[in-house]
Amino acid sequence: MSVLGSLWPFVRLGLTDVWRHKTRSFLTMLGMVFGVGSVIAMLAVGEGASQQALEAIKRLGSQNIMVMSVKPTSEERGNSGSQRGQLAVYGIKYDDETRIRETVPGVVMTVPARMTRRNARLGERQLELRVVETIPAWFDVVQRPVLAGRVLTEHDMRERANVCVLTEHGVRRLLAAEEMIGQRIRIASGLFEVVGIVKNETGGTVRAPDSEADAYIPIITGTKLFGEANIRYSAGGMEGERVELSQIIVKMKDTAAVEPGSKAIEALLARFHKKVDYKIDVPLTLLREAERTKRTYNIVLGAIAGISLLVGGIGIMNIMLASVTERTKEIGIRRAIGARRSRIVIQFLINTCVLSIGGGIVGLLVGLAIPLLITLFTAMPTVVQPYSLVLAFGISVGIGIVFGLYPAMRAAALDPIEALRHE
Amino acid sequence: MIVRGTEPPRPRADEVVRLDGVKRHYLVGDEVVRALDGVSFSIRRGSYWAIMGPSGSGKSTMLNILGCLDRPTEGAYWLNGGNVADMDDDELSDHRLRNLGFVFQSFHLIPQLTVCENIEVPMLYLGLGQSERRHKAESLAERVGIAHRLRHLPSELSGGQRQRVAVARALANDPAVLLADEPTGNLDSATSVQIMALFQELYEQGKTVIVVTHESDIAAYAKACVVLKDGLVQSVREGVS
Ligand SMILES: Nc1ncnc2c1ncn2[C@@H]1O[C@H](COP(=O)(O)OP(=O)(O)OP(=O)(O)O)[C@@H](O)[C@H]1O
Ligand SMILES: [Mg+2]
Repeated sequence: MSVLGSLWPFVRLGLTDVWRHKTRSFLTMLGMVFGVGSVIAMLAVGEGASQQALEAIKRLGSQNIMVMSVKPTSEERGNSGSQRGQLAVYGIKYDDETRIRETVPGVVMTVPARMTRRNARLGERQLELRVVETIPAWFDVVQRPVLAGRVLTEHDMRERANVCVLTEHGVRRLLAAEEMIGQRIRIASGLFEVVGIVKNETGGTVRAPDSEADAYIPIITGTKLFGEANIRYSAGGMEGERVELSQIIVKMKDTAAVEPGSKAIEALLARFHKKVDYKIDVPLTLLREAERTKRTYNIVLGAIAGISLLVGGIGIMNIMLASVTERTKEIGIRRAIGARRSRIVIQFLINTCVLSIGGGIVGLLVGLAIPLLITLFTAMPTVVQPYSLVLAFGISVGIGIVFGLYPAMRAAALDPIEALRHE
Repeated sequence: MIVRGTEPPRPRADEVVRLDGVKRHYLVGDEVVRALDGVSFSIRRGSYWAIMGPSGSGKSTMLNILGCLDRPTEGAYWLNGGNVADMDDDELSDHRLRNLGFVFQSFHLIPQLTVCENIEVPMLYLGLGQSERRHKAESLAERVGIAHRLRHLPSELSGGQRQRVAVARALANDPAVLLADEPTGNLDSATSVQIMALFQELYEQGKTVIVVTHESDIAAYAKACVVLKDGLVQSVREGVS
C-alpha cells in the first residue's frame, strides 16, 4: 500500500503529462486502440467462422460415415469402355448398402438416399427442388430441427405415400408465408402432400447434403414414381448416366468405430467397384481438419494483429523518444534535485503505461463493437472469447512497457549536468 | 600541491567537503578548456562561504562539483569523509536529495509546473504526503515573498520572482548544505537583503551556506571567502564566525 501510495504522485504526473499533450497522446493511443481492437475483432470473426463450420460438421454427425456416388474421371470411363450414346452406369448401389450393413463391424444403421433435381409446382409458382428420396431414419442420423408438422415415418414407407417434407428455404420460395402443411405440390409427375417443414442447413464450409430447397420423400415412393435409379440424358440424348444411390449415410456405434469402419467400407467398395465412382467422407476427419484449419487461421490472424500492435508500440516509442528529447532539461532538473535514475525511468514508464492502458481500454471497446457491427450488417457469426480480451489487453500493456522502456532508460541515462545545459 | 602516487590527506571529521587538486577540463574541439585547474579547498560544517571571481573563472563549475552534479576530471573530492569517486549515481542522487539545496544561476524551474509544484518537487522525491508538501511549499513561498504567485507558471514570473522560487525549492528538503549560484543576481537590493537575511538565518541554524557572487556586499555576509581566477584559487580569506 505504501509502495502504491508513494507511486501515486508519479502516476498523477504521468496522467498530467498525457493530458498536457492531448492531441499527441490521442494520436499515439489510436495505434494501440486499433491494435487491440483488431486483435479482438479478428479473433472473434475467426472463431465465429470456425464454430459455424464445426457446427455444420457436427450436424453431419461425428459417428457417421458418408458414402457418395461420384462420376468417375473421363479417363477411367474410357478405360471401362463406355461409348457415346451409351448409358454410363456408375455409383453406389443397393447391394453396396446391404454389404456395408451386414459385413462392416460396428455399423448401427445405413441410410440410403437418392437425390435429383426436379421441378416443383404449387399453383402458379415454380421452383427447382432437390428431391431427396430416403428413409425415415435420415432424420435420425442428420439432425434437422422440425419447424412444423412431422418428418417421414415407417407408415409412409409402407403406404408408399405421396408425402414430402420440405426445408424452410423451399417453403419460403414456393409459398411466402401461407400455411404450407397439408398443401399438395406437384413434383415432376407426382402430387405430394406436404407433411412437415424442417430447418435448413446453415451454410458452413463443408458440402452439406441438403443446403438448399429440398423435398424429402420416401425412397419407396420415389422408386414407384421415378424408377429404381436416376437416369439422366444429356441435351442431345447421346449420353446418359444411371446412378442407383446418390449416397449412403452409415451410422457407427461410436466415434471410435468411425476410423476402422471407413477403412473397411473403402476396402469393401474397392473390391466390388472397378472404377473409383464413390467417395467416402468422414465428418469426424473433417472435424479434425476443420480444427486444424482453425488453428492455422488463428495463427495467421494473430500474426496480423500482432503486427498492428507492434506498429502501435513503435508509435508509442516514437512519441516517448520525442518527449524525452523535448524534456531533457526537465530531466536534468529532476536529477539535480536528487531524483534517482530509477525515478526518471518510472516517470516515463508510467507515461507510456497510461497511453497504452488507455489505448488498450478503448481498444477493448472497439474490439467488442466491431464484431457486433459485423454480425449486424453481414449476418456473419462472430464469437468474442474472453481469453482474447485478456490476451489483447495484456499484450498492449506489455508493448507499452517494452517500447516505453527504451526511451525511459535513455532519459535516465542522461548526465544531469549535460541535461541541465540542454536548451 | 598533490604529488601523484601519494595518498591525499584524509579529510578532517568536521569537513563537509574537501577538494584536493581538483581539475575540471572540457574538451572543446581540439582545445582543452581548463575551467578548474587544480583547486584544493575545504569547507567545514556550519560555515558560510562566498565564492568570488571574475566571469569565466570557474565558479559555477566548482559549485557543480561541490553539488555532486559534476565529477572532477582529476583530483579527489571528499564528501562527508567519503571519496566521491567511489560513490555510485544513486548514492550521489540521494545525497543531493537529502543534504543539498541548490540555487542555480539560471533558476532551472520546471516550466510545466506551477510555482507551488516546483517547490514541492524535492519533497515529492522525499516521499512526503500531499498535504504536508502543500503546507511546507506555502510557508517557504511566504519566506521568500512569492506566496501570491503560487498558482503561476514560471514563464509568468519576472526574473527576480523566479529566483525566489528557486531559493524556496532549494530549501524544500531542509538541506544541511545550501549552494547558491548568484542567488541575488536578478534581485533589487531590498529583496536581496531579504534573501541574504534568510541565508544568515540558515547559517545561524548550523547549516553550511556556499554562495557564488560577483558583488562584494553580498560576499560580505559570508564568514569566509575564496576568490577564483582562471580555474585556480587566487586567495582565501577565512574569517572567524
Ligand atoms: N560545458 C562546457 N563546455 C566547455 N567549456 C565550458 C563548459 N562549461 C564551462 N566552460 C568553460 O569553463 C570556464 C568556467 O565556466 P564557469 O561557468 O564555471 O564560469 P563562472 O565563473 O561561473 O562565470 P560566470 O560568473 O559568468 O557565471 C569558462 O571559460 C567556460 O567557457
Ligand atoms: Mg557561473
